[in-house]
Amino acid sequence: MSTVTVQLFASYAEAFGNSKLEVPLQDGGTVADLIKTIRSLPAGSRLPDSPRVAVNRKFAVTDQPLASSDEIALIPPVAGG
Amino acid sequence: MKGARIVERPIDVRQLIAAVEEHRFGAISVFLGTVRDTNDGRDVSGIEYSAYVAMAETEMLSILDEAEIRFGVQSIVVEHRIGSLEPGELSVAIAAASAHRDPAMDCARFVIEEIKRRVPIWKLEHYKDGTREWIDPTRTDTAAV
Repeated sequence: MSTVTVQLFASYAEAFGNSKLEVPLQDGGTVADLIKTIRSLPAGSRLPDSPRVAVNRKFAVTDQPLASSDEIALIPPVAGG
Repeated sequence: MKGARIVERPIDVRQLIAAVEEHRFGAISVFLGTVRDTNDGRDVSGIEYSAYVAMAETEMLSILDEAEIRFGVQSIVVEHRIGSLEPGELSVAIAAASAHRDPAMDCARFVIEEIKRRVPIWKLEHYKDGTREWIDPTRTDTAAV
């Protein structure tokens, strides 16, 4: 078991009252595992079923494995322009 | 010349044009996005923009690389402003230069559409009635959060 740091932005940071989460993850855990754990937190129900996740500044697929050294972020629906 | 930046100061359009202009180009297409004073029938007092800056700049550069492959345009710069903006202020500016107008115009259009689709930038819209709302273009209803 290891811990990953997840950056939160915009509406998600507001939902959790924080811009970072420390999330326990089994070794070899994937993006899907991470989402499941975060959604089980008290504010997790305010997230969509499949929020977009970025790993090392690129959008990630759900079966991508994660390492504690990865830069991980939950990406709310974007609205630039 | 390619450049993509998230900035926390007013955008200087002339500086962006100067960055791409060269005598071999016969066209410079500029797109400017500004803060509108109404949205869905509500009076907007301002928009607070925020971004995941490192990823936003990386993603915008990827878009510029894709634009070069699609349109053959090598000289493109884009700046997106974050922070609190008032109606009328510039939030985003794109300048694309090429020998002829079609690639430059197609390129500017492509870049703004892709920014809206995938660059991690967010809008917290403030209304004159004192309410506020995170803008979610994927949502179909307009209920306040």
